[in-house]
Order: sequence, then C-alpha cells, then structure tokens
Amino acid sequence: MDLRALAAHERQFGPLPEIEGPRLGRPGALVHEIEKAGLRGRGGGWFPTARKIHAVVESAAGRRAWSNGRKPVVLANAMEGEPASSKDAILLRHAPHLVLDGIQVLAATLGAESAFIAVHRGSSVIDVVARALADRNDRVTIELITPPARYVASEESALAHWTGDGMATPVYADRPFQRGVNGRPTAVQNVETLAHLALIARFGGDWFASIGTPAAPGTSLVSVGGAVNSPGVIEVATGTPVAEIIKRCNGFSNEISGLLTGGYGGAWVQAQPLLAAEWSPESVTAAGGVIGAGILWALDARECPVQELARVARWMAGESVGQCGPCRFGLPSIADDLDVLATREAQVADLHRVNARLPLVQQRGGCKHPDGTARFVTTGLHVFHEEVAHHLRGHCTASMAAGSLPIVHPRKTPVPFPGKDFK
Amino acid sequence: MSQLTELRLDPTLCDAHGFCVEMLPEILTLDEWGYPLLASGSLVVAVPEHLVSSAKKAVAACPVAALRLVTHKR
Repeated sequence: MDLRALAAHERQFGPLPEIEGPRLGRPGALVHEIEKAGLRGRGGGWFPTARKIHAVVESAAGRRAWSNGRKPVVLANAMEGEPASSKDAILLRHAPHLVLDGIQVLAATLGAESAFIAVHRGSSVIDVVARALADRNDRVTIELITPPARYVASEESALAHWTGDGMATPVYADRPFQRGVNGRPTAVQNVETLAHLALIARFGGDWFASIGTPAAPGTSLVSVGGAVNSPGVIEVATGTPVAEIIKRCNGFSNEISGLLTGGYGGAWVQAQPLLAAEWSPESVTAAGGVIGAGILWALDARECPVQELARVARWMAGESVGQCGPCRFGLPSIADDLDVLATREAQVADLHRVNARLPLVQQRGGCKHPDGTARFVTTGLHVFHEEVAHHLRGHCTASMAAGSLPIVHPRKTPVPFPGKDFK
Repeated sequence: MSQLTELRLDPTLCDAHGFCVEMLPEILTLDEWGYPLLASGSLVVAVPEHLVSSAKKAVAACPVAALRLVTHKR
C-alpha cells in the first residue's frame, strides 16, 4: 500500500479530526486521550508524551518560575543519529503524512504556531518529506530543516539550538521545554511518537492502549541488524518476546557473541537473558539492555568484538562536540586504550587503565554522549570478557574481519570545539 | 532552620583553568585532563558549612563563571 500520496493516506486513515487548542494555561482536550493511551516517546527516552505536553504549555503560559510566557514550537526529530537505526527513515518513506498529521495534532494541542521537521543533511528521505509537505494544506506551516549529520546533533537541546540561531551543540543550562528554539518552549518529539499521535487523535487512547504492555502501550518500531537472516525494521506490540522479534527476522545467520541494544549510546547484552526478555523498556532494562530508539544488533561470533568496540569508540570520540573536557579528552583516551586491547599485545595494565577512565566521563557532561559511549564500552568489555582475556594472553579467536557495525563519515580526530561542522 | 549549600558546575563553560581546585581542594580535585572532578563524581556537590566561604572563593576565581553556589533552606 502506497501511503505517500495524501489521498491514499486519507482513504486509509480518514481525515484528521478538528483538534482543540489550549485554554487558560492547560493543553487542549486531546491530552486526556494521550494520557489514557499511555504514549511514551519513541526517540529513546520513553518519556510520557502527555507530561511533556503539560510542561511545554505551562512554560508557554508563564505559570512557573522557569517559564517564559512565549508561544510554543513543535520540533519533529527524524535526525536518526544512531547509525544502526533506520526506523525514522522507513516510517517517513512509507507514511510521511501520518508523521505530518502528528505534528499538526501536537501543534494544535499546544497552541503552537510554528513547526519544524528535522532530517539530517544528506538523508535519503528529504525529497519524500518535501513532496509530502507540498501536497498538504496545513493550518500550521511545517518547515523542513536539515541540520548537520552529526551524532550529537540529534540530541534534543542541540537540535532546538540549531533550529533557532545556534549551532548543533547541546545546551546545558535549559531544557527545550523551558527554552528551546529561539528561547521558546519547544516540544521535541521523535517522528514515530508523532505518527502514534496522529492515530490517537483519530481512534482514541483506549484504542491505542488495547495492545502492548500496560506500562508502555502500543507498538514499537525495531531496527534489527547484524547477524540475522532478514535485517530490517519491523513493528511489534510492546511486550513481544525478543526471541519472537529475532524469529520474525528469520533467525540468526550464525552463532552470535552478543547483542547490542539501543545503539552506540546503548548497552551490550548476552543473548541468553535478552532473548528471554520482552520488548518493553522495563523488561529490556531488567535484562541489562537499553530499549532506546529501538535498535537490536547481533554480533557474529566470528568477528573480534574487541576490535568492534575500539572502532565504534573511536568514531563516538570523533562525534563529540568538544564542549566538555571529560568528553573531549576522555573519549579519545578510552579509544586509545581500546585500540591496544584490540591487539594481541594487550596488557592487563591497559584493561585497568580503561576501567579507571570509564567512570570519569560519566555524569560530567552537558549531554549524555560521554555517558552513552562509556556504557557501550563498559557493557561490551563485560559481555566480551573472554575475548579480552584471550588478547591478554596473546591470542585472538576471530576468524573473520571485524567491521560489521555501521559507521558513517568516519572522522580521524575530534573537532577541538564546535566548528563549521555543527552549523 | 539549616541551609544546604550546593556547588554546581556547568561543564560546557569549564575550560580547565583549575583555579577552583586551588581554592577548594577538600571537594574538588583535577582529573587527568585538568578538569575539576567534584567529590560527588557528578556536576553537583554538597558543600559542608565550614567550606562555604572557600566555595565562594572558588566561584569567584573561575574566569568563565562555570561554577555557581545554590542555597536551599530545609
């Protein structure tokens, strides 16, 4: 079914109903349906969408000490900075109008008069979105923007900063719901969340919550990659067993050494606890993983996992904005340690050094880039400890070249501080 | 009624000048890259009453105003 044309989209889902605006500092009535739906943000944080809506409207109404009494802004995030994720692009390619409807729904509920959809520079879906926008006659004009394709540019405060008059660098002092695009209260939402909003506006909160787990209802898009027979994006109800997701991708294509959840800011998990878990934030977390933006990557057991950790850690170091010292200097130091651990010349002292450095980059940044990278490395060293031990004894068990984890635009050295790369 | 004083660091502003560590070595140390490491390990640390005046000096010494003292009544 081709839902790229507006007519086909409206035939499939029906017209978008009239959405009530905010009154007396309270969001429009749809917020009650969103509460009933229990919708949580699919960009990675799984934050309750209704709570974010209330916060933005309260900020706009000037009812709190931190609020600024200005018109809110809607910012749709389709930046998809995680290289192993492709759900945002797939969603926009197949059902762009569902996302654009969601932006209209959110804008009306908040009383926003400006809205943006951010797709990273060079993305293959820019044309699809531009064509869909040209088809529509929206109450609130949606502007298509293309920030630089940098990992940290997807972070919500960096995105709001760039959309205003700043660079694509995270802002520490204020959160976007307080002061976002040009200082206005800004609702940053992932495009998958917005597509769900478009459906909740039509079919109601009870309908939405009729599938999935009580704590995180609805469906979730999962980008499945690596050593599976049919990699790709699938949609499952939350609560679906992880083993079932792998089965729908026709199983593992080889023996695997571990599974990456949540991408390069996520966590490695051994297959066993994870396959027994359900696809929900709570269950994946209990298994030691991170559901995040819905990434599952299976690492082929024939690859050297330590080389993969080193390669991705180096790339993540290069993706640092360089605003905060522990990230700017700590991540390259950690990548240096991993470069040594990835060889057969690795010494126990190298392992001790990286283990001492990893906590030093956590909880000390203006955004969570260093924390995510540290978690990726820490969990990786834990899951692949046997291979690390082999390296310390001068062996490597790999029988295939490393390099399966996707990396875009590798950068050799981190930028010293935000330069034109972030404009 | 007692007061709780917190020292907060904005890591995006800090440029590793290091003066704060000289003023308040009791709860600030330098990491291997020359940036202040708060005793809490995070970006906020509680300042005991006898160190509040040193903390004020640390805040004043920072050339980029990356440190801030916040007092809560409790």
